[in-house]
Amino acid sequence: MEERVKDIDEKIEEQKDGKPPKPSKDPKKKWDARAVLDKFGALFGLIGLSVILTILAPSFITIDNLMNVARQASINALLSLGMLLPIITAGIDLSVGSILALSIVLGGIVTVSWGMSPVVGLIVLLLAGAVAGLINGLLLTKLRLPHPFISTLGTMNVYRGLALIVTGASPIFGFPLLINYVGQESINIVPVSFILVIIVAVLMHIFLNRTATGRYIYAIGGNKEAARLSGIPVDRVLIIVYTVSGFMAALGGLVLIGRTNSASPIAGLTYELDAIAAVIIGGASFFGGVGTVVGTLIGALIIAVLRNGLNLIGTSSDLQTVVIGIVIILAVYVDVLRRKGTKK
Amino acid sequence: MLLEMKNVSKSFSGVQVLHDINLGVKEGEVHVLLGENGAGKSTIIKILTGAYTKDTGDVYWDKQVLEVNEPKDAIDAGIATIYQELNLIPELSVMENIFLGHEQKKGSKFSLLDRATMREKAKKLMSRLGQNTDPDELVQNLGVGRQQLVEIAKALSLNARLIIMDEPTSSLSGSETEQLLLTVERLREQGITFIYISHRLEEIKRIGDSITILRDGAKVDTVKVENTSVDEMIALMVGRTLDNKFPKMESSRGEEGLRVENFKLNSDSKEINFTAYTGEILGFSGLVGAGRTELMRGIFAADSIESGDIYIFGKKKKIANPKQAIREGIAFITEDRKGEGLFLDQPLHFNKTIAKLKEIKRNGLLSIRKQKNVSNTYVESLKIKPNNINLLAQNLSGGNQQKVVIAKWLFTQAKVFIFDEPTRGIDVGAKVEVYNLINELVKLGACVIIVSSELPEILGMCDRILVMHEGEITGDFKVKEANQEIIMRAATGG
Repeated sequence: MEERVKDIDEKIEEQKDGKPPKPSKDPKKKWDARAVLDKFGALFGLIGLSVILTILAPSFITIDNLMNVARQASINALLSLGMLLPIITAGIDLSVGSILALSIVLGGIVTVSWGMSPVVGLIVLLLAGAVAGLINGLLLTKLRLPHPFISTLGTMNVYRGLALIVTGASPIFGFPLLINYVGQESINIVPVSFILVIIVAVLMHIFLNRTATGRYIYAIGGNKEAARLSGIPVDRVLIIVYTVSGFMAALGGLVLIGRTNSASPIAGLTYELDAIAAVIIGGASFFGGVGTVVGTLIGALIIAVLRNGLNLIGTSSDLQTVVIGIVIILAVYVDVLRRKGTKK
Repeated sequence: MLLEMKNVSKSFSGVQVLHDINLGVKEGEVHVLLGENGAGKSTIIKILTGAYTKDTGDVYWDKQVLEVNEPKDAIDAGIATIYQELNLIPELSVMENIFLGHEQKKGSKFSLLDRATMREKAKKLMSRLGQNTDPDELVQNLGVGRQQLVEIAKALSLNARLIIMDEPTSSLSGSETEQLLLTVERLREQGITFIYISHRLEEIKRIGDSITILRDGAKVDTVKVENTSVDEMIALMVGRTLDNKFPKMESSRGEEGLRVENFKLNSDSKEINFTAYTGEILGFSGLVGAGRTELMRGIFAADSIESGDIYIFGKKKKIANPKQAIREGIAFITEDRKGEGLFLDQPLHFNKTIAKLKEIKRNGLLSIRKQKNVSNTYVESLKIKPNNINLLAQNLSGGNQQKVVIAKWLFTQAKVFIFDEPTRGIDVGAKVEVYNLINELVKLGACVIIVSSELPEILGMCDRILVMHEGEITGDFKVKEANQEIIMRAATGG
């Protein structure tokens, strides 16, 4: 039977009459403008924003300041790249800020309080993030909770509480260089944290686009039932998604330690909201199935550029909050319009 | 005449689904619409209720022209519809459901609700139906039969003169059905008119006054129930000659492909046994809701089952989830193409390769070139148009979307193909292409099962036909000894 089945495939290939398949022109040429906007809309936004800020505050465009932006964007970029995965599956991870805090205080306890090797501390830190994410995934899939909003809202509180309990609510100072390195140092003028972001982004892009699991993530977000009926192990993929998201939060925490030379149990408060904002500004959809690494990076940069630029202009931090809120709404509104446009 | 439709036509993207329908419903009668699935009954109802707008023709209500542009227009005129899926809010009480949207107030629009009056009226309405249901009972605590009566009470509270019922008894038990029929008879005596859709001919015989028979979107005839036998009804309903819309090929039975033994979907259902062979097409006929899709989903392990054994090419296989079903070589082309088959946001190549990504891997990563090559091959051989593998699935026509789904399953190298309503919603030309593909599969030794509610399709394409009725196989025919009457009789449990 196996051979016979192969036959079916071969016969179908033979039907081609020997003609090589010729790719046709896209029949929807008219819509190319929109397709471009779809794909690079966030990039145009970033460029436009930079131009405006340069006019208002010329010091924005200096190398020093741009490196500053890169450094400021790093933590949110790492969390956002993690957040991208749940959002593509039409889910969400509200616990990343708490995971960040829990993983850095655990890393701090191991290295500072117990005086163990920084390598062990680093492993504990990253592993804590991954395990916390794994638990999120297990809660979602094994308890059949209706939506990850609920499971991660719960663990957001649990992880934050644990971080406060294990530290007695006080921050940990004095990390060894190995752990501080990523957040603190630069290579020439480029912050190591930003280099880490680029490396992680490249890996994430390959993961999402060139591995079966990555494909499955898009498939689940696009149509969960069709995914299941196509033989995709939906639960297993979702568990991986939340584990990666947790791991990325820990990675963001590692950068934060370097920048503040401390690990605070109240670190990362509301970071999940910035991460969600970056992913959505970057063109992902809450409806699932859509979202890219490049878009997410741009989304994180837009937020960082906004904060930095508004600072340079001398805008109060209160007003900054208002502006960022408006940008989020605008970005999601664009998403709504796009959805409307593609629906028949 | 209370309601008249004159020369009403409707088409969807070029496909005409209703041809010049003339329908007259007399006040105080139970007027039955009868026809196969897809004959146009639902379309007529949807035009009357404002879900669709007619292309041409007129609707007269009480001799006045009636324009129904939205559901509210129909309700205001006095036309209420009770769908198979009930429109009740389970968490609210009987009374609250009856008056939902037209609550009684104590005074002006902004006053508080007058619960006492509503309770009183609800009680009266229910007693008009011969019921003494407590108005404060939550709807979720009632059985389906009594929930339906609440819907009827709601219709009466809106002063409906015509109540349209779409297969009201399909989900009712025997005693619930009896109660509903009694209620309909009772209301008819009170002067309420009914348009009644049902496949159950004995039931029609009992409560119907006249029957309009539809076929392929056109009216065949309107007859008096008392002058028409069940046999005549069936003949009028299916009486159509098959032409060569079906490119059936001659082939002979090969080896056993799929054998299903002692298969029970749940503890109450009856055991199902059947065998499908290579070299022939096995058709599953029956009315909507007969349990064919449920059976196929059970075989594919899309839903869990109670018990039963599956043999693939003679070997017993354990299949616990779709992934294992695919590994054992089963392909399941679902009836709901968009909901269960396609990833609409994704390009063709994604849809095509997703069930067997292993095949396009190189060095552990997915190879874009391999993906392109295999996808182009299928686009070409299945004549998918436009032939651009980067096009999103949502931008294809129904027929081409179906081909993409079939391509996905061909790529899994399945040997048992289950097609559930393979040509639903696709045009005639694309249908023939799908049939040709199915033929090709048979020729190459696959075992093919087609579930279809379209009798001509079943008779035109299959070699053997199993008929299901209420979860049970009630007929097993070679195509040569089958005709529409015989199948319809088995499908209606007759």
